[in-house]
Amino acid sequence: MNNLNKRNKAETRFKLYGISAVIIAITFLFVLLFNIFSSGVSAFKASYIGVKIEIPSAMNIDEINPRKEFKRQVLKMFPEVETRSDKRALLSLFSKGAIYEFEDLLEQSDSNGLDGYYWFLAHGDLDMYIKGTVERRGNEAGRINSKRMTFVDALREQNLIQLQANKYLLSSADSREPEMAGIRGAIVGSLYAILIAFIVSFPLGVLSALYMEKLASRNKFSDIIETNINNLAAVPSIVFGLLGLAIFLNFFSLPRSAPLVGGLTLAVMTLPTIVIASRSAIKSVPPSIEEASIGLGASKIQTLMNFTLPLAMPGIMTGTIIGIARALGETAPLLMIGMVAFVVDVPGTPLDPSTALPVQIFLWADSPERAFVERTSAAIMVLLLFLVLLNLAAIYIRNKLERKW
Amino acid sequence: MTELLYIALFILASYSFMVNKGRAASLGKFNTLHSQPYYHGLYSSILIFLPAIILLIFWSSIQNIMTNLSIRDFFVDVSDPGLIKFYIDSVINYSNGVSSKIIEHDGFMPAVEKYSSLTYTSTILKVIVVTGLSIILLRASIKVVTVDFKARDYVESMFTTLMKFSSVIAIFVTIGIVLSLLFETLRFFATVNVFDFLFGLHWSPQTAIRADQVGSSGSFGAIPVFLGTILISIIAMLVAVPIGMYSAIYLSQYASETVRTYAKPIIEILAGIPTVVYGFFAVITVAPFFRDLGDKISPGTLSGESAIIAGSVMGIMIIPFITSLTDDAMNAVPGSLKEGSLAMGATVSETTRQVIIPASFHGIVASFLLAFSRAIGETMIVVMAAGFAANLTLNPFESVTTVTVQIVGLLTGDQEFDSAKTLSAFALAFVLFFLTLILNIIALNMVKKYREQYE
Repeated sequence: MNNLNKRNKAETRFKLYGISAVIIAITFLFVLLFNIFSSGVSAFKASYIGVKIEIPSAMNIDEINPRKEFKRQVLKMFPEVETRSDKRALLSLFSKGAIYEFEDLLEQSDSNGLDGYYWFLAHGDLDMYIKGTVERRGNEAGRINSKRMTFVDALREQNLIQLQANKYLLSSADSREPEMAGIRGAIVGSLYAILIAFIVSFPLGVLSALYMEKLASRNKFSDIIETNINNLAAVPSIVFGLLGLAIFLNFFSLPRSAPLVGGLTLAVMTLPTIVIASRSAIKSVPPSIEEASIGLGASKIQTLMNFTLPLAMPGIMTGTIIGIARALGETAPLLMIGMVAFVVDVPGTPLDPSTALPVQIFLWADSPERAFVERTSAAIMVLLLFLVLLNLAAIYIRNKLERKW
Repeated sequence: MTELLYIALFILASYSFMVNKGRAASLGKFNTLHSQPYYHGLYSSILIFLPAIILLIFWSSIQNIMTNLSIRDFFVDVSDPGLIKFYIDSVINYSNGVSSKIIEHDGFMPAVEKYSSLTYTSTILKVIVVTGLSIILLRASIKVVTVDFKARDYVESMFTTLMKFSSVIAIFVTIGIVLSLLFETLRFFATVNVFDFLFGLHWSPQTAIRADQVGSSGSFGAIPVFLGTILISIIAMLVAVPIGMYSAIYLSQYASETVRTYAKPIIEILAGIPTVVYGFFAVITVAPFFRDLGDKISPGTLSGESAIIAGSVMGIMIIPFITSLTDDAMNAVPGSLKEGSLAMGATVSETTRQVIIPASFHGIVASFLLAFSRAIGETMIVVMAAGFAANLTLNPFESVTTVTVQIVGLLTGDQEFDSAKTLSAFALAFVLFFLTLILNIIALNMVKKYREQYE
């Protein structure tokens, strides 16, 4: 009986290990996601400073020097400020982007004059203090020294520092100033690369799967192709990057850092995934349908094109989307072909230098500037959103369109 | 100009499709034709398109070679081949308006003019030849439409060729990988001894800026790099194997159907998260956590680049590889074995340990091997969370470097392509490629074995 007790205890223990393993794995996932989300949410807001702008309608906008005028308007709010260093401290609370915003404001005003409080982007240092990323010690907080802090306190007293929606994060490209940095350029670069990867790898993958599954005779050669594809699927992604570097950049002299080369490299990487998924989808189409088509006089190719392929398409699409989603999150091969450059423009064509979303995350994560931490998390949130959307599409296709025979 | 040519080709091909389809349809009743009108149309489109495309590809590669040769003449006085290539690229970029950089060399502006005029002539000639060819083919294809013409057979055989070509691409890719790595690796071994590379204990690829500097040659003993890679991968396996194995056991042996349908996909999400995200997580969350932990024991024991940080995060990443594959392997074990054991009075845990695991042993080992190969080849986590300096140590609390970190470090940023430093990255990649290849082949064979065993 003692023995049985022992065995039952061992059984409970074993089961407990299993449950805790599952719970630990799931906990890891949630800790990871929670960490990213909790630090990234704040990046969707940015600090803005309210400035009372008064420009009489009689004034000709073309004659205004925006930089000087902006300084004048800001300094007007604090008439007591006299020394140069104080003035500089006050103006340093604004981002460089504030001047551009002021220019836009002037253009929009259409010579009607301006009167009232308008909001301008604050400097990254101030933004971090407002969000509580850096703590206040006495009269200082991070890079906000006591001189700057007196202005911050004065502005806050009048409720002239506010957190508003971050206009830059999703609409501009990378920048040296954290408060002005955005991921638009990276998203566009990624989309170009993914599009090219899809255009290249999808037809090649589907055609080769069709051939291997339906037309190739079983011999040594087809075995080699098969092992080859299975092994390619497990080659480390960085090796594909080196392939891209050696073939596309050094041999074909395609432009460095371009989404075109990134897309081609990712296409080579995604190809095995698409072939494997397509083969299993094609294999699951019942032979009776094909035989019926052949029996009615259709040729082999007609049967494949009119029956096998359309019936296998949902399965093929599911596999392709999953492969493309993986390519979207891939960073290492893109580093190898030089998509790590600091690019301040949104790429217009797939031949322009660009980064990709995961590479942008890498670049920001590497930056010593602390203000980039929350932006990195925000960029990750956007990347994960894209991945979730792609995977939902794959799940939808699998559940709704795929037929079980 | 070239874009216009493509558009013209497209229009011509569509036109011939419509014309030939119409002609075939008007030839006779449907059942007298060998092929449907549609195939006659397709045949003529392909006849126009294919030669034109092949001609265009040949033309541009020959044009590239010819223009390069002719502008090379302007730089005969330059002796360095690397510099000549740079000059030629600059000329091409300047002429195409890609960059506005002008090289300080007497031959530069004449070369630009020569290049532009050559390209212009070639393009004009290309347009004339290709359009002419297409029009001739268009006329020829119209004549060919008869009742007996086997348009379908031709179209289908061309299509089959295309399919064959697609399936050979995978082989081309593998050959491309091997050749591109091998070529640079051999160049590397021309300057560095193979045995020094494989068995040397000191890795510092920095070559000196000045030639007369002391210790300028750099040393390429890769053992510390390999050891670092293996150390981090083993730490990852120590995290992933118990968690992955026990989750697989729980999911396949204990869990109810509902738990299974939800828990398994959730665990698999871990594999779908991009590795750069794990890298960021390692730097921002895990590194401070371990540092604080280390400081409690004795301050300063852990740096932010300790092997254990990258290793444990990588372990989280590879959990799902082990869980899914092990789960599959355990589910492939025939129910009769399991039921037999249970009927004899064994508990589920005894059955699992003594029947299921031995029966699915091949699959489980295969999952370990695949996870290990994934860990060796993983790049972003270690690039962000592990060190760059190569230390010869097995202490998990010290900073080590890995093969992938070195490759990224050596090949990003400013580089001359011929130095031993950059070439060493290819040698490392070559070793990495073969190591993972061998692991994969063994693992795939094992998976095949267990599949065959119970089918």
